Amino acid sequence: MILVVDLCYRDGSLSRDEFVGPVERLLRKIGAPFFTRHYTAVGAPEVEAADAAILCGTALRDTGFSGHPEQFRWLLSFERPVLGISSGMRALAAAFGAGTEPCCEIGMTDVEVLAPDPLFAGEEGFSAYELHEYAARVPDTFVSLAASDQCVQAIRHRSFPLYGLLFHPEARNEWIIERFLGLVETARYRP
Amino acid sequence: MKLGVLFSGGKDSTFACWKAMQQEEVVCLITVISRNPESYMFHTPNIRLAALQAEAAGLPLVEVETAGEKEEELLDLKRALLVAREQFGIEGVVTGAVLSVYQAARVQRVCRELGLWCFNPLWSPDQEAYMEELIDAGFRVVIVGVFSSPFDASWLGREIDRRTLDELREIARKYRITLTGEGGEFETFVVDAPFFSRRVAIEEASRDYRNYNGVLRIERAGLVAK
Repeated sequence: MILVVDLCYRDGSLSRDEFVGPVERLLRKIGAPFFTRHYTAVGAPEVEAADAAILCGTALRDTGFSGHPEQFRWLLSFERPVLGISSGMRALAAAFGAGTEPCCEIGMTDVEVLAPDPLFAGEEGFSAYELHEYAARVPDTFVSLAASDQCVQAIRHRSFPLYGLLFHPEARNEWIIERFLGLVETARYRP
Repeated sequence: MKLGVLFSGGKDSTFACWKAMQQEEVVCLITVISRNPESYMFHTPNIRLAALQAEAAGLPLVEVETAGEKEEELLDLKRALLVAREQFGIEGVVTGAVLSVYQAARVQRVCRELGLWCFNPLWSPDQEAYMEELIDAGFRVVIVGVFSSPFDASWLGREIDRRTLDELREIARKYRITLTGEGGEFETFVVDAPFFSRRVAIEEASRDYRNYNGVLRIERAGLVAK
Protein backbone atom coordinates (compact mmCIF):
# COMPACT_ATOMS: atom_id res chain seq x y z
CA MET A 1 0.00 0.00 0.00
CA ILE A 2 1.40 3.39 -0.99
CA LEU A 3 1.01 6.29 1.40
CA VAL A 4 0.29 9.48 -0.58
CA VAL A 5 1.06 12.53 1.55
CA ASP A 6 -0.73 15.84 0.93
CA LEU A 7 1.57 18.75 1.89
CA CYS A 8 -0.89 21.53 1.03
CA TYR A 9 -1.89 24.30 3.44
CA ARG A 10 -4.77 22.36 4.93
CA ASP A 11 -6.52 19.03 4.61
CA GLY A 12 -8.99 19.12 1.70
CA SER A 13 -7.63 22.45 0.40
CA LEU A 14 -8.28 24.06 -2.97
CA SER A 15 -4.75 22.95 -4.00
CA ARG A 16 -5.47 19.28 -3.38
CA ASP A 17 -6.89 18.56 -6.84
CA GLU A 18 -3.88 20.23 -8.45
CA PHE A 19 -1.06 18.55 -6.55
CA VAL A 20 -2.45 15.35 -5.01
CA GLY A 21 -5.26 14.52 -7.48
CA PRO A 22 -3.02 13.91 -10.52
CA VAL A 23 -0.79 11.53 -8.50
CA GLU A 24 -3.84 9.65 -7.21
CA ARG A 25 -5.28 9.38 -10.72
CA LEU A 26 -2.03 7.94 -12.02
CA LEU A 27 -1.84 5.37 -9.20
CA ARG A 28 -5.46 4.41 -9.92
CA LYS A 29 -4.69 4.05 -13.64
CA ILE A 30 -1.71 1.83 -12.94
CA GLY A 31 -3.68 -0.17 -10.36
CA ALA A 32 -1.36 0.56 -7.43
CA PRO A 33 -3.24 0.48 -4.10
CA PHE A 34 -2.80 3.67 -2.06
CA PHE A 35 -4.22 5.74 0.75
CA THR A 36 -3.86 9.50 1.16
CA ARG A 37 -3.25 11.49 4.33
CA HIS A 38 -2.57 15.14 5.00
CA TYR A 39 0.97 15.54 6.40
CA THR A 40 -0.45 16.57 9.77
CA ALA A 41 -2.30 13.23 9.98
CA VAL A 42 0.58 10.86 9.29
CA GLY A 43 1.28 8.88 12.45
CA ALA A 44 2.76 5.51 13.40
CA PRO A 45 -0.17 3.43 12.04
CA GLU A 46 0.03 5.11 8.60
CA VAL A 47 3.81 4.72 8.43
CA GLU A 48 3.53 1.10 9.53
CA ALA A 49 0.91 0.32 6.86
CA ALA A 50 2.91 1.81 3.97
CA ASP A 51 5.28 -0.10 1.63
CA ALA A 52 6.22 3.23 0.08
CA ALA A 53 5.37 6.91 0.23
CA ILE A 54 4.86 9.71 -2.27
CA LEU A 55 5.08 13.26 -0.89
CA CYS A 56 3.18 15.59 -3.22
CA GLY A 57 3.94 19.17 -4.20
CA THR A 58 2.24 22.40 -3.16
CA ALA A 59 1.36 25.78 -4.64
CA LEU A 60 4.25 28.20 -5.08
CA ARG A 61 3.32 30.30 -2.04
CA ASP A 62 2.41 27.29 0.07
CA THR A 63 5.36 26.58 2.38
CA GLY A 64 3.42 25.95 5.61
CA PHE A 65 4.66 22.35 5.71
CA SER A 66 8.25 23.58 6.22
CA GLY A 67 7.24 25.05 9.58
CA HIS A 68 6.41 21.55 10.89
CA PRO A 69 9.61 19.48 10.56
CA GLU A 70 8.40 17.17 13.35
CA GLN A 71 5.68 15.90 10.96
CA PHE A 72 8.35 14.47 8.63
CA ARG A 73 10.73 12.82 11.12
CA TRP A 74 9.30 9.40 10.25
CA LEU A 75 11.19 9.64 6.94
CA LEU A 76 14.51 9.20 8.80
CA SER A 77 13.75 5.59 9.71
CA PHE A 78 11.27 4.69 6.96
CA GLU A 79 13.86 2.92 4.72
CA ARG A 80 11.19 1.90 2.17
CA PRO A 81 10.83 3.70 -1.19
CA VAL A 82 9.94 7.39 -1.02
CA LEU A 83 9.28 9.83 -3.85
CA GLY A 84 9.30 13.45 -2.73
CA ILE A 85 7.90 15.75 -5.43
CA SER A 86 8.96 19.43 -5.40
CA SER A 87 7.82 20.57 -1.90
CA GLY A 88 7.98 16.86 -1.05
CA MET A 89 11.66 16.89 -2.02
CA ARG A 90 12.16 19.88 0.28
CA ALA A 91 10.49 18.05 3.16
CA LEU A 92 12.59 14.93 2.51
CA ALA A 93 15.86 16.87 2.30
CA ALA A 94 14.94 18.87 5.42
CA ALA A 95 14.28 15.66 7.37
CA PHE A 96 17.87 14.67 6.53
CA GLY A 97 19.23 18.04 7.62
CA ALA A 98 19.49 19.96 4.32
CA GLY A 99 18.14 23.47 3.84
CA THR A 100 17.09 25.34 0.73
CA GLU A 101 18.49 27.95 -1.63
CA PRO A 102 16.65 30.37 -3.90
CA CYS A 103 16.07 28.88 -7.36
CA CYS A 104 12.97 29.87 -9.27
CA GLU A 105 11.87 27.76 -12.21
CA ILE A 106 8.33 27.86 -13.60
CA GLY A 107 7.29 25.93 -16.72
CA MET A 108 9.03 23.38 -18.92
CA THR A 109 12.77 23.09 -18.23
CA ASP A 110 15.53 20.84 -19.60
CA VAL A 111 16.81 18.33 -17.06
CA GLU A 112 20.08 16.47 -17.55
CA VAL A 113 20.67 13.07 -15.95
CA LEU A 114 24.00 13.11 -14.04
CA ALA A 115 24.37 9.67 -12.49
CA PRO A 116 23.15 6.17 -13.30
CA ASP A 117 20.03 5.12 -11.44
CA PRO A 118 17.11 2.77 -12.21
CA LEU A 119 14.71 5.73 -12.07
CA PHE A 120 16.24 7.39 -15.14
CA ALA A 121 17.95 4.40 -16.81
CA GLY A 122 18.35 4.87 -20.55
CA GLU A 123 17.59 8.60 -20.39
CA GLU A 124 20.22 11.28 -20.87
CA GLY A 125 17.81 14.10 -20.29
CA PHE A 126 14.20 15.19 -20.61
CA SER A 127 11.99 18.24 -20.40
CA ALA A 128 10.12 18.62 -17.10
CA TYR A 129 7.42 20.85 -15.58
CA GLU A 130 8.75 23.02 -12.78
CA LEU A 131 6.98 25.10 -10.16
CA HIS A 132 9.27 26.21 -7.35
CA GLU A 133 11.00 29.27 -5.92
CA TYR A 134 13.53 27.34 -3.85
CA ALA A 135 15.64 24.25 -4.42
CA ALA A 136 16.57 21.78 -1.72
CA ARG A 137 20.28 21.45 -0.93
CA VAL A 138 21.59 17.90 -1.23
CA PRO A 139 21.84 16.21 2.20
CA ASP A 140 25.20 14.54 3.01
CA THR A 141 23.66 11.08 2.84
CA PHE A 142 22.21 11.69 -0.66
CA VAL A 143 23.62 11.82 -4.20
CA SER A 144 22.55 14.13 -7.04
CA LEU A 145 20.97 12.27 -9.97
CA ALA A 146 19.89 15.07 -12.28
CA ALA A 147 20.15 18.82 -12.69
CA SER A 148 18.86 21.73 -14.77
CA ASP A 149 21.16 24.61 -15.71
CA GLN A 150 20.10 26.27 -12.43
CA CYS A 151 19.85 23.64 -9.70
CA VAL A 152 19.79 19.98 -8.67
CA GLN A 153 16.59 18.33 -9.91
CA ALA A 154 16.79 14.81 -8.46
CA ILE A 155 18.45 13.21 -5.45
CA ARG A 156 18.62 9.71 -3.94
CA HIS A 157 19.69 8.45 -0.54
CA ARG A 158 23.02 6.58 -0.66
CA SER A 159 21.62 3.44 1.01
CA PHE A 160 17.84 3.48 0.63
CA PRO A 161 15.43 4.14 -2.27
CA LEU A 162 14.50 7.58 -1.00
CA TYR A 163 14.13 9.96 -3.96
CA GLY A 164 13.51 13.66 -4.23
CA LEU A 165 12.48 15.35 -7.51
CA LEU A 166 12.33 19.11 -7.79
CA PHE A 167 10.14 19.00 -10.92
CA HIS A 168 6.60 17.59 -11.17
CA PRO A 169 6.70 14.16 -12.85
CA GLU A 170 2.89 13.85 -12.64
CA ALA A 171 2.72 16.58 -15.32
CA ARG A 172 4.35 15.44 -18.58
CA ASN A 173 6.67 12.72 -17.10
CA GLU A 174 4.36 10.07 -15.73
CA TRP A 175 6.91 7.42 -16.75
CA ILE A 176 9.07 8.42 -13.79
CA ILE A 177 6.29 7.63 -11.30
CA GLU A 178 5.67 4.35 -13.15
CA ARG A 179 9.36 3.46 -12.75
CA PHE A 180 9.25 4.41 -9.08
CA LEU A 181 6.33 2.00 -8.63
CA GLY A 182 8.48 -0.66 -10.30
CA LEU A 183 11.12 -0.03 -7.61
CA VAL A 184 8.41 -0.34 -4.95
CA GLU A 185 7.54 -3.78 -6.34
CA THR A 186 11.22 -4.80 -6.33
CA ALA A 187 11.68 -3.60 -2.74
CA ARG A 188 8.55 -5.46 -1.62
CA TYR A 189 9.88 -8.83 -2.79
CA ARG A 190 13.45 -8.35 -1.65
CA PRO A 191 14.33 -11.10 0.92
CA MET B 1 -8.74 33.51 1.30
CA LYS B 2 -10.19 36.10 -1.10
CA LEU B 3 -9.84 34.92 -4.68
CA GLY B 4 -10.41 36.26 -8.18
CA VAL B 5 -11.23 33.81 -10.97
CA LEU B 6 -9.72 34.26 -14.44
CA PHE B 7 -12.95 33.93 -16.32
CA SER B 8 -13.67 33.27 -19.99
CA GLY B 9 -17.29 32.15 -19.68
CA GLY B 10 -16.45 28.64 -20.90
CA LYS B 11 -16.88 25.46 -18.92
CA ASP B 12 -13.36 25.22 -17.47
CA SER B 13 -13.14 28.63 -15.82
CA THR B 14 -16.77 28.45 -14.65
CA PHE B 15 -16.28 25.00 -13.12
CA ALA B 16 -12.99 26.13 -11.52
CA CYS B 17 -14.90 29.06 -10.01
CA TRP B 18 -17.48 26.67 -8.54
CA LYS B 19 -14.70 24.47 -7.10
CA ALA B 20 -13.02 27.52 -5.56
CA MET B 21 -16.30 28.67 -3.99
CA GLN B 22 -16.51 25.41 -2.07
CA GLN B 23 -13.15 26.00 -0.36
CA GLU B 24 -12.44 29.72 -0.32
CA GLU B 25 -14.15 33.06 -0.94
CA VAL B 26 -14.50 34.09 -4.58
CA VAL B 27 -14.81 37.90 -4.59
CA CYS B 28 -14.66 38.70 -8.32
CA LEU B 29 -14.30 37.38 -11.83
CA ILE B 30 -11.48 38.69 -14.02
CA THR B 31 -11.69 38.79 -17.81
CA VAL B 32 -9.01 39.76 -20.27
CA ILE B 33 -10.59 40.62 -23.61
CA SER B 34 -8.20 40.02 -26.49
CA ARG B 35 -8.55 41.80 -29.80
CA ASN B 36 -6.23 39.23 -31.39
CA PRO B 37 -8.11 36.15 -32.64
CA GLU B 38 -4.82 34.20 -32.59
CA SER B 39 -4.14 34.81 -28.87
CA TYR B 40 -3.13 31.57 -27.13
CA MET B 41 -3.96 32.98 -23.76
CA PHE B 42 -7.26 34.77 -23.88
CA HIS B 43 -9.17 34.65 -27.12
CA THR B 44 -12.65 33.24 -27.09
CA PRO B 45 -15.56 34.20 -29.36
CA ASN B 46 -18.19 35.34 -26.84
CA ILE B 47 -15.98 36.91 -24.20
CA ARG B 48 -18.11 40.08 -24.07
CA LEU B 49 -20.91 38.03 -22.51
CA ALA B 50 -18.78 37.37 -19.41
CA ALA B 51 -20.47 40.45 -17.94
CA LEU B 52 -23.87 38.77 -18.26
CA GLN B 53 -22.57 35.58 -16.66
CA ALA B 54 -21.00 37.58 -13.83
CA GLU B 55 -24.37 39.21 -13.25
CA ALA B 56 -26.02 35.78 -13.18
CA ALA B 57 -23.44 34.71 -10.59
CA GLY B 58 -23.87 37.89 -8.56
CA LEU B 59 -20.12 38.58 -8.77
CA PRO B 60 -18.34 41.79 -9.82
CA LEU B 61 -16.32 41.56 -13.04
CA VAL B 62 -12.93 43.12 -13.65
CA GLU B 63 -12.55 43.58 -17.42
CA VAL B 64 -9.31 44.53 -19.12
CA GLU B 65 -8.70 44.77 -22.86
CA THR B 66 -5.53 43.61 -24.56
CA ALA B 67 -4.22 43.94 -28.09
CA GLY B 68 -3.27 40.29 -27.66
CA GLU B 69 0.41 40.56 -28.61
CA LYS B 70 2.25 37.56 -27.21
CA GLU B 71 4.17 38.91 -24.21
CA GLU B 72 2.33 42.21 -23.85
CA GLU B 73 -0.89 40.44 -23.04
CA LEU B 74 0.80 39.24 -19.88
CA LEU B 75 1.26 42.87 -18.86
CA ASP B 76 -2.45 43.33 -19.46
CA LEU B 77 -3.16 40.28 -17.30
CA LYS B 78 -0.99 41.80 -14.60
CA ARG B 79 -2.91 45.06 -14.90
CA ALA B 80 -6.19 43.15 -14.46
CA LEU B 81 -4.91 41.34 -11.37
CA LEU B 82 -3.70 44.62 -9.88
CA VAL B 83 -7.16 46.14 -10.37
CA ALA B 84 -8.75 43.07 -8.76
CA ARG B 85 -6.39 43.34 -5.81
CA GLU B 86 -6.98 47.04 -5.38
CA GLN B 87 -10.77 46.90 -5.72
CA PHE B 88 -11.59 43.55 -4.13
CA GLY B 89 -8.52 42.65 -2.07
CA ILE B 90 -7.78 39.37 -3.84
CA GLU B 91 -5.00 37.27 -2.29
CA GLY B 92 -5.01 34.65 -5.02
CA VAL B 93 -6.11 33.74 -8.53
CA VAL B 94 -8.01 30.71 -9.80
CA THR B 95 -7.66 29.47 -13.37
CA GLY B 96 -9.43 26.79 -15.36
CA ALA B 97 -6.17 25.45 -16.83
CA VAL B 98 -6.60 21.76 -17.57
CA LEU B 99 -3.54 20.61 -19.48
CA SER B 100 -1.92 23.67 -20.99
CA VAL B 101 1.51 24.12 -19.45
CA TYR B 102 1.92 27.21 -21.63
CA GLN B 103 -1.02 29.03 -20.03
CA ALA B 104 -0.48 27.68 -16.52
CA ALA B 105 3.19 28.68 -16.35
CA ARG B 106 2.49 32.21 -17.59
CA VAL B 107 -0.23 32.83 -15.03
CA GLN B 108 1.96 31.32 -12.29
CA ARG B 109 4.77 33.76 -13.15
CA VAL B 110 2.49 36.80 -13.07
CA CYS B 111 1.00 35.67 -9.73
CA ARG B 112 4.48 35.20 -8.28
CA GLU B 113 5.47 38.70 -9.36
CA LEU B 114 2.44 40.12 -7.58
CA GLY B 115 2.72 37.88 -4.51
CA LEU B 116 -0.61 36.19 -5.24
CA TRP B 117 -1.54 32.56 -4.69
CA CYS B 118 -2.40 30.62 -7.83
CA PHE B 119 -4.90 27.75 -7.96
CA ASN B 120 -5.62 25.40 -10.86
CA PRO B 121 -8.27 23.06 -9.46
CA LEU B 122 -8.86 21.34 -12.82
CA TRP B 123 -5.18 20.62 -13.46
CA SER B 124 -4.60 17.30 -15.23
CA PRO B 125 -8.00 15.82 -14.42
CA ASP B 126 -9.59 12.50 -15.16
CA GLN B 127 -11.36 13.83 -18.25
CA GLU B 128 -14.25 11.38 -18.02
CA ALA B 129 -14.91 12.17 -14.37
CA TYR B 130 -14.67 15.90 -15.02
CA MET B 131 -17.26 15.88 -17.80
CA GLU B 132 -19.58 13.66 -15.75
CA GLU B 133 -19.27 15.91 -12.71
CA LEU B 134 -19.95 18.97 -14.84
CA ILE B 135 -23.28 17.57 -16.02
CA ASP B 136 -24.21 16.04 -12.64
CA ALA B 137 -23.58 19.33 -10.83
CA GLY B 138 -26.08 21.11 -13.09
CA PHE B 139 -23.83 23.07 -15.42
CA ARG B 140 -25.45 23.79 -18.77
CA VAL B 141 -22.74 24.15 -21.37
CA VAL B 142 -23.18 25.02 -25.04
CA ILE B 143 -20.61 24.43 -27.79
CA VAL B 144 -19.83 27.81 -29.39
CA GLY B 145 -16.73 27.00 -31.39
CA VAL B 146 -15.45 23.99 -33.34
CA PHE B 147 -11.92 23.85 -34.69
CA SER B 148 -11.34 20.27 -35.70
CA SER B 149 -12.60 17.41 -37.79
CA PRO B 150 -15.20 15.76 -37.53
CA PHE B 151 -17.23 18.61 -36.01
CA ASP B 152 -19.68 19.92 -38.59
CA ALA B 153 -21.85 23.04 -38.33
CA SER B 154 -24.56 21.13 -36.47
CA TRP B 155 -22.33 21.06 -33.37
CA LEU B 156 -22.51 24.82 -32.98
CA GLY B 157 -25.11 25.64 -30.35
CA ARG B 158 -25.42 22.09 -29.05
CA GLU B 159 -25.69 21.63 -25.30
CA ILE B 160 -23.33 19.11 -23.70
CA ASP B 161 -25.88 16.78 -22.15
CA ARG B 162 -25.55 13.04 -21.61
CA ARG B 163 -26.32 12.21 -25.24
CA THR B 164 -23.79 14.76 -26.56
CA LEU B 165 -21.21 13.50 -24.08
CA ASP B 166 -21.70 9.95 -25.41
CA GLU B 167 -21.08 11.24 -28.93
CA LEU B 168 -18.04 13.26 -27.82
CA ARG B 169 -16.66 10.15 -26.14
CA GLU B 170 -17.02 8.23 -29.39
CA ILE B 171 -15.36 11.04 -31.39
CA ALA B 172 -12.55 11.39 -28.82
CA ARG B 173 -11.80 7.70 -29.19
CA LYS B 174 -11.97 7.64 -32.96
CA TYR B 175 -10.23 10.90 -33.79
CA ARG B 176 -7.83 11.02 -30.85
CA ILE B 177 -9.02 14.37 -29.56
CA THR B 178 -9.46 15.31 -25.91
CA LEU B 179 -12.88 14.76 -24.37
CA THR B 180 -12.69 18.14 -22.68
CA GLY B 181 -11.74 20.04 -25.85
CA GLU B 182 -8.54 21.14 -24.13
CA GLY B 183 -6.58 20.55 -27.33
CA GLY B 184 -8.59 23.45 -28.82
CA GLU B 185 -10.98 21.14 -30.70
CA PHE B 186 -14.05 22.97 -29.43
CA GLU B 187 -14.99 25.89 -27.22
CA THR B 188 -17.87 26.26 -24.84
CA PHE B 189 -20.13 28.85 -23.22
CA VAL B 190 -21.87 28.27 -19.89
CA VAL B 191 -25.54 29.28 -19.84
CA ASP B 192 -26.23 27.97 -16.34
CA ALA B 193 -24.20 26.93 -13.31
CA PRO B 194 -25.12 25.85 -9.77
CA PHE B 195 -24.06 29.28 -8.47
CA PHE B 196 -26.01 31.31 -11.07
CA SER B 197 -29.17 32.83 -9.60
CA ARG B 198 -30.56 33.23 -13.14
CA ARG B 199 -29.61 31.52 -16.37
CA VAL B 200 -28.45 32.99 -19.67
CA ALA B 201 -30.97 32.75 -22.50
CA ILE B 202 -29.44 33.00 -25.97
CA GLU B 203 -31.91 35.07 -27.97
CA GLU B 204 -30.06 35.53 -31.23
CA ALA B 205 -26.92 33.90 -32.59
CA SER B 206 -25.15 33.63 -35.92
CA ARG B 207 -23.06 30.80 -37.26
CA ASP B 208 -19.83 31.29 -39.14
CA TYR B 209 -18.59 27.90 -40.33
CA ARG B 210 -16.20 26.59 -42.95
CA ASN B 211 -14.10 23.41 -43.23
CA TYR B 212 -14.43 22.12 -39.67
CA ASN B 213 -13.83 25.59 -38.29
CA GLY B 214 -16.69 27.57 -36.94
CA VAL B 215 -18.03 29.80 -34.22
CA LEU B 216 -21.45 30.56 -32.86
CA ARG B 217 -21.56 34.28 -32.16
CA ILE B 218 -24.14 35.12 -29.55
CA GLU B 219 -25.60 38.40 -30.83
CA ARG B 220 -28.24 38.89 -28.16
CA ALA B 221 -28.74 37.23 -24.80
CA GLY B 222 -30.45 37.97 -21.52
CA LEU B 223 -30.97 36.57 -18.04
CA VAL B 224 -34.11 34.64 -17.22
CA ALA B 225 -35.42 32.92 -14.08
CA LYS B 226 -34.24 29.33 -13.56
